[in-house]
Amino acid sequence: MSQATLRIQKISGHAGTVPGEDTQREFTVCKLVDTTTCIGCKACEVACMEWNDLPFGETIFDNTYQTMPETRWNYWNLILFNEHEREDGTLMWLMRKNQCMHCADPGCLAACPADGAIVQYTNGIVDFQQANCIGCGYCITGCPFDIPKLNPKTKRVFKCTLCSDRVSEGLEPACIKACPTGCLHFGSKDDMKTLAEGRAKQLREHSNFPSAGVYDPPGVGGTGVIYVLHDITKPELYGGLPADPSIPWTVKLWKGPLKWLGNVAMIGGLIGLFVHYLRYGPKDRDDDDMIAGGRKS
Amino acid sequence: MSHPKQIIQHGHVLRYTLRERLNHWVAAVSYIYLLLTGLAFWSPWMFWIAIVLGGAPVSRMLHPWAGLMFFGSVVYMYKMWASQMRHTEEDRLWWKAVRYYSTNQDDKVPPAGRYNAGQKFLFWGFFWSSLFLLLSGVVLWFPEYVSWNLRFLRYLAVLIHPGAALLTIGLFMIHLYMGLFAERGAFGSVIRGDVTEAFAKRYHPRWYEEIAGGTSSPRK
Repeated sequence: MSQATLRIQKISGHAGTVPGEDTQREFTVCKLVDTTTCIGCKACEVACMEWNDLPFGETIFDNTYQTMPETRWNYWNLILFNEHEREDGTLMWLMRKNQCMHCADPGCLAACPADGAIVQYTNGIVDFQQANCIGCGYCITGCPFDIPKLNPKTKRVFKCTLCSDRVSEGLEPACIKACPTGCLHFGSKDDMKTLAEGRAKQLREHSNFPSAGVYDPPGVGGTGVIYVLHDITKPELYGGLPADPSIPWTVKLWKGPLKWLGNVAMIGGLIGLFVHYLRYGPKDRDDDDMIAGGRKS
Repeated sequence: MSHPKQIIQHGHVLRYTLRERLNHWVAAVSYIYLLLTGLAFWSPWMFWIAIVLGGAPVSRMLHPWAGLMFFGSVVYMYKMWASQMRHTEEDRLWWKAVRYYSTNQDDKVPPAGRYNAGQKFLFWGFFWSSLFLLLSGVVLWFPEYVSWNLRFLRYLAVLIHPGAALLTIGLFMIHLYMGLFAERGAFGSVIRGDVTEAFAKRYHPRWYEEIAGGTSSPRK
């Protein structure tokens, strides 16, 4: 939402170059979510609503902790509670804080037709600029994580900003600040990767989670939010986290080859018709009987 | 079709009734709006069109409604013309001679009825494209209501919609070229509704025979 001191490296629907591109060196920022130490307290949810001044929405109660099924246009940060039965028959909670993943290769931005409605800052944060949004919802189709949500009243799309307004002032995102267990961390991507890999190694070697690992999917170029999972081989268990997310291939085809083919065909067609007219001209051009009001014999 | 009333005075023949012309212009106006706003969403280099037309949010809001209007007019055309658009043996021969038609050697082209095979192709191209545009367009209109499990519908729609639109753009360019530049006298037929007898005999001889047949030789 705020781009006070942040520089932009990618702009949606933009003709030409990105102003200020490559003028400044910047850390890629990253949020680390260690699902193994999350206790599901929802402090991050509250902090998100508080900082971003989001109104509280209606909740549901179906005898689970999941009082809201998914993120909303005015609820950007939601813990997904999943009761998981292990092989030995015991139960465990898989709790995952769900929000925008801030992909390095964002599908929302690729799909967006509106100039400047979605930007990616040089620090990697993907941010929606509602003033430029036209409400088409293409970002909803481009996102492999089901994150952008449309406000039905204003017809504008919203999602987690990774607190770009706080980050631009040197503060960590509100959710990070609120987490009581230290399961959330914020810093440079390199540092967070090191921290996450260290934690995963610890889980594998000392905590009987031999498949523990770090979720940083390469299909979208890596993400600005990475997870430590107890079982990296089954990310779907964590509320449908996709195993190998990428921008939908039809979106890539649409914004890539189809666009070029279409443009070449349209321009080629115009040139072709023009040349045809120069070469052949109109039919029966000397016969004025063809047109009304023409010479009568 | 055969009706002596279609032969009107001063060597003119009624080609399109008021109903047909009105419907044609509903389709034309809505299609041109759809084309312009659609191109604006198609490429960042044409996004300025949406700004000229009142801003991109307005274009986004009105594009689907214009689409419904266009589809409605296409359905009406289907009701009026579908029976006249059936592919016939003569049409097959016409396609074999299409290179003569497109190089102004119309003498070597088999005689056409009210619509030649190219016009029939235009009609069916627009008809089927409009159907696909409508179906994919509804998905693109309300992407937020397409559940995550049905997201393949959105993935399909973003390909089908521009694909079908590109097909209609090709047809539309040829349609404009034929009506405005290539066939003199054709454009007047969607304004005033009539063409000269010479035009009818030249381009639609079998249609002319149909409407003139049986009656005494038309007044000049």
